[in-house]
Amino acid sequence: MAAHLCYGRVNLNILREAARKDLREFLDKCAGSKAIVWDEYLTGPFGLIAQYSLLKEHEVEKMFTLKAGRLPPADVKNIIFFVRPRLELMDIIAENVMSEDKMQSPREFNILFVPRRSMLCEQRLKEQGVLGSFTNIDEYILDLIPYDGDLLSMECESAFRECYLENDQTSLYHTAKGLMTIQALYGTIPQIFGKGECARHVANMMLRMKREFAGSQTQILPVFDTLLLLDRNVDLLTPLATQLTYEGLIDEIYGITNGYVKLPPEKFAQKKQGEGGKDLPTEPKKLQLNSAEELYAEIRDKNFNAVGAALSKKAKIISAAFEERHNAKTVGEIKQFVSQLPHMQAARSSLANHTSIAELIKDITTSETFFDNLTVEQEFMTGVDTDKVNTYIEDCIAQKDPLIKILRLVCMQSVCNNGLKQKVLDYYKREILQTYGYEYILTLNNLEKTGLLKPQTTTRNNYPTIRKTLKLWMEDANEQNPNDISYVYSGYAPLSVRLTQVLARPGWRSIEEVLKMLPGPHFEERQPLPTGLHKKRQQGENRTTLVFFLGGVTYAEIAALRFLSQMEEGGTEYIIATTKLINGTSWIKSLMDKPEVNI
Amino acid sequence: MAFVTATWNPLGEAFYRKTEVYEMGWRLSSGLRDCLVAAAPYGGPIALLKEPQRRSPSARPQLEIYSSSGCSMASFVWKSGVVKHLGWTVSDDLLCIQEDGTVLIYDLFGNFKRHFSMGNEVVQNQVLEAKVFHSPYGTGIAIITGAFRFTLATNIDDLKLRRLPEVPGLQGPPTCWAVLTQDRQSKVLLASGLDLFILDNTACSAVTPPGLSPQVCSIVQMCVSFSYKYLALFTDSGHVWMGSANLKEKLSEVETKVKTPPKQMVWCRRPKSHQPSVVMMWERHLLVAGECKETIQYKQMTCQVLIDRLVYRKLYPLAIEICRYLKTPEYQGVSRVLKHWACCKVQQKEESDEAIARAVSVKLAEAAGISYSEIASKAYECGRTELAIKLLEFEPRSGEQVPLLLKMKRSQLALSKAIESGDTDLVYTVVTYLKNEMNRGDFFMTLRNQPVALSLYRQFCKHQEQDTIKDLFNQDDDHQELGSFYVKASYKEKRLEARLSLLQSAVDEYNKAKNEFAAKATDEEMRLLRFQRRLEEEKGEQLLGLSLQDTLRVLLSVGLNKPAEQLYKDFRVPDKRYWWLKITALADKEDWDELEKFAKSKKSPIGYLPFVEVCVKKHNKSEAKKYISRVTPEQKVKAHLAVGDLEGAAEAAIERRSEAEISMVLSRCLSTTDRGLVDRLNRARSTTAKK
Repeated sequence: MAAHLCYGRVNLNILREAARKDLREFLDKCAGSKAIVWDEYLTGPFGLIAQYSLLKEHEVEKMFTLKAGRLPPADVKNIIFFVRPRLELMDIIAENVMSEDKMQSPREFNILFVPRRSMLCEQRLKEQGVLGSFTNIDEYILDLIPYDGDLLSMECESAFRECYLENDQTSLYHTAKGLMTIQALYGTIPQIFGKGECARHVANMMLRMKREFAGSQTQILPVFDTLLLLDRNVDLLTPLATQLTYEGLIDEIYGITNGYVKLPPEKFAQKKQGEGGKDLPTEPKKLQLNSAEELYAEIRDKNFNAVGAALSKKAKIISAAFEERHNAKTVGEIKQFVSQLPHMQAARSSLANHTSIAELIKDITTSETFFDNLTVEQEFMTGVDTDKVNTYIEDCIAQKDPLIKILRLVCMQSVCNNGLKQKVLDYYKREILQTYGYEYILTLNNLEKTGLLKPQTTTRNNYPTIRKTLKLWMEDANEQNPNDISYVYSGYAPLSVRLTQVLARPGWRSIEEVLKMLPGPHFEERQPLPTGLHKKRQQGENRTTLVFFLGGVTYAEIAALRFLSQMEEGGTEYIIATTKLINGTSWIKSLMDKPEVNI
Repeated sequence: MAFVTATWNPLGEAFYRKTEVYEMGWRLSSGLRDCLVAAAPYGGPIALLKEPQRRSPSARPQLEIYSSSGCSMASFVWKSGVVKHLGWTVSDDLLCIQEDGTVLIYDLFGNFKRHFSMGNEVVQNQVLEAKVFHSPYGTGIAIITGAFRFTLATNIDDLKLRRLPEVPGLQGPPTCWAVLTQDRQSKVLLASGLDLFILDNTACSAVTPPGLSPQVCSIVQMCVSFSYKYLALFTDSGHVWMGSANLKEKLSEVETKVKTPPKQMVWCRRPKSHQPSVVMMWERHLLVAGECKETIQYKQMTCQVLIDRLVYRKLYPLAIEICRYLKTPEYQGVSRVLKHWACCKVQQKEESDEAIARAVSVKLAEAAGISYSEIASKAYECGRTELAIKLLEFEPRSGEQVPLLLKMKRSQLALSKAIESGDTDLVYTVVTYLKNEMNRGDFFMTLRNQPVALSLYRQFCKHQEQDTIKDLFNQDDDHQELGSFYVKASYKEKRLEARLSLLQSAVDEYNKAKNEFAAKATDEEMRLLRFQRRLEEEKGEQLLGLSLQDTLRVLLSVGLNKPAEQLYKDFRVPDKRYWWLKITALADKEDWDELEKFAKSKKSPIGYLPFVEVCVKKHNKSEAKKYISRVTPEQKVKAHLAVGDLEGAAEAAIERRSEAEISMVLSRCLSTTDRGLVDRLNRARSTTAKK
């Protein structure tokens, strides 16, 4: 069921199995039939750990969404609330519990906090007078969720906002806890590198927790050699750029949530004979996207311009495989052919799906709007005219294009110019307020607080230096047969991944100057290993590095890291962890503050 | 050889013998008659309460605690109420259950630990009978009251009283009853004559043991095996029924030919044998049903329990030696023993705080995984706050220190420790505590010195206490945030006047914050709102709440050009954007004459490609074509393409010798219909490429 988690360099299924075991244990604590009341936000992340069948095996008969008022009727012994520790949710739970009909057969109430219990919330339940009504109050420590064979996510949408805007470091505490779980399962990580304030904070907490757990250390041979903690605000540029890998574009255009994408159904209509395509499906087509699907694993990280060729090559292979049936003469050969049929049919339907998706994407990438937008992005990234008002942006505002698109561009210009001239900044801001509404002044404030948008304070723009030193722009990016990570943005090499690459070879000492220009401290820590647990590296054996993006990572960055893992002489394989998979749109959205207008 | 078998007595087909392992050290003048007795399992301590019914102050009953070999460990006069039942917990504490449902807990040295009540119903109706039972959840108590209702607590350390449902038709006490643990739940099995019932939290269900002999009129005695798997029932007809505790399966039935109920009946099991058996005892009579020769399974007593036993008896050095010998992992073994030692040490009143703290830290220094906060808690319980604080200093887990520090009212220290731990929930907890403890001024001052706590509190207020957040910003003179606060508040306001006054406050704050831009923009917003209201009143157009741009769009589309012009001037809307607005509005109205007039009114600041585009958007290509000639050469190809004129686009592209533009046109050509054009473009492209 989760076989794709086992195939990577590190078997992430161990983590998933540990999470499933904890879940089963909790469910068994509540004896008898149960109904789960879900904090809706959690259903997606839970889907990555356990399907309904697991819950059913443990007598979960009904599921509801948490909402105010009275709980729906269900003839079960236990009601279990699966919730994040948030005060507003506690109030809803209290209301549910209090409006329970006492005359009916009493149901037992239980709470499972995800990912951690909270005294504050329990206090709130106590104030509401319902704390005593709960038979079990427990926590389900779900920090890092295995998302794919080389990818872990905390699925915590607001992490960037909380850390950089609200100075709330709760998600960093969970990160540190999650990394302790990782070390309990995969051994102590001997080397920790980091860049940024949040990275420093997480490393400090990890080292502290390590001291606290002294004595209960696991004797596991370390799987990871290095942990690299990176603050998202060290590289604000990358997520703003439009991702140009296949998976990145799917996410940019349709949005991938918890590993699923919803697509317009028209292209996926089953053409059956006699129906003449009369009723097209109206429900969006929902597809799961991960490396369990062979074809997807092959093409997800390619530049979109190389996907067409890959798909047609695959089509040829599949039809050739089907042609084989004519060569099957003996009973044995026919039997062999038939045994392969299910696999071939799956491949064929996978091919059909991705051909449809590629067509949908192509309609957009070949449009003029897409081309113009990309041109401006690339101008900014190469440092063309970043210091004056951009006509394209002006025109887009005048035509009231989606605000997020505008904000992405303006922020990108600001980042690539190390801040905008006050006049330019004010002009953009005024244009935005007049066009989209004055309420967006709050959003603009937020963008300024996080540094995505800022006035130029020094006359010196250090972005060109960073760009040149780190080779962020490669003129001759090869999209078809890439030889450098810059292929993921057709020319731009993501800064975050360059930092990762340089760390592996030749080391950060070579880029001290640039590191100083980027925000936050950079550091190195070592965690001593008990004797006997030191790895004896075989000749030519690759190192394994866990790269943790605090505040989110894009699919294109992941693609770039996978590319580095596969490089012949790279010498390092990467496992990626993050607070959340993001793209420019979802990221900017998380920073927006639009008050509900009451007029 | 004769003497070897001499001591063996026949018991059916088997033989048994009695051997004395050791002599009991106690001297009991009147035996165990008139005594309440409780013996802990696995050779644990024995408690005796002599003549428990005695009430007169002159002659109170005596409570005695002995080791399993009869050595006296404690003895004192019982001064509390009438005890109905004695029992031992899994951690060697003595439970004394009184008639009124009060349960008193003593350690095995007879020191009082705590007490609790089994609830009001028990107080009212009194305890008829009580049983102490053990389950994976700890030690539990079951009580039947004078009203024949059961009250049950599964774990006395996490007390949750459950009053079990009524048994229908039960008029007198049940003939016998027992506690079962099934499906992770404690239940009561009771017999009333021939009827058997199972009581769980929610229901009372009648059950029938399969294959019970038909002569039976009443079930008079029952017992459950240690694992709760098996059940034995003794009937008035002298039959012993043995089966599974869920009453689904019968194992066997034996006719004892004795009709009086046995004094005691217990399950036993021989290791490796799959056949459990029941032993019954009458005054002068022992009977084994099933196959059994040994009675106690020592294997169930783990090393863990053994170490616990030693620890409860304060035999610390021996416990440590055994841990070392058994190579028990440190934090389960030696560290645990040392923690118990330290908890005991802090209670020694004669030693000074310094001496104890030093002794504890020296002894525990090398031990892994020690919870100093538990030891400190103990010290605090004994009234030694200073010692507790000293001990807490050794606790490496700052999070663990917090609850105790709060309890000891060292809240400032608790706050720093909470922040140190990184656990924001803990910080919140301390902050809420401080908020209730301190006056507002001091509270704010404390937060001011702890930025992490302050920002978390702000978050809390944002969702929970809007007014407090304003006070916080005020105190910090954070005018920028105050400005934003008022802006936010203004959107929640329904009435325009109130909204405007909040926006005015925002303007004032932004000015104080020297944020000129925000002040101006907010001022503009107010002007717009007033303008919209005036226009709504005058012209009846719904405008309030629209952005400036949308207001202009509405005005232009309904032909209110004058107010639009005025807005454009008053708000200094850039020409470019105004032109876009204007031509879009005209195209939307399909007012082509007016559009053409506007195009000619003066030189367009946005060029003429937009004119082409707005016409095309409205599917009017012929109008669009009118503007192509005025489009700049750079945009000409685009313009031609927009109206679908491939020929024109090709010409323009070739003329400009732009490879990119030629390719762009080519990409729009169909190889089937535009054959000639494609060839021309390809040729042009190859010549441009050469240059």
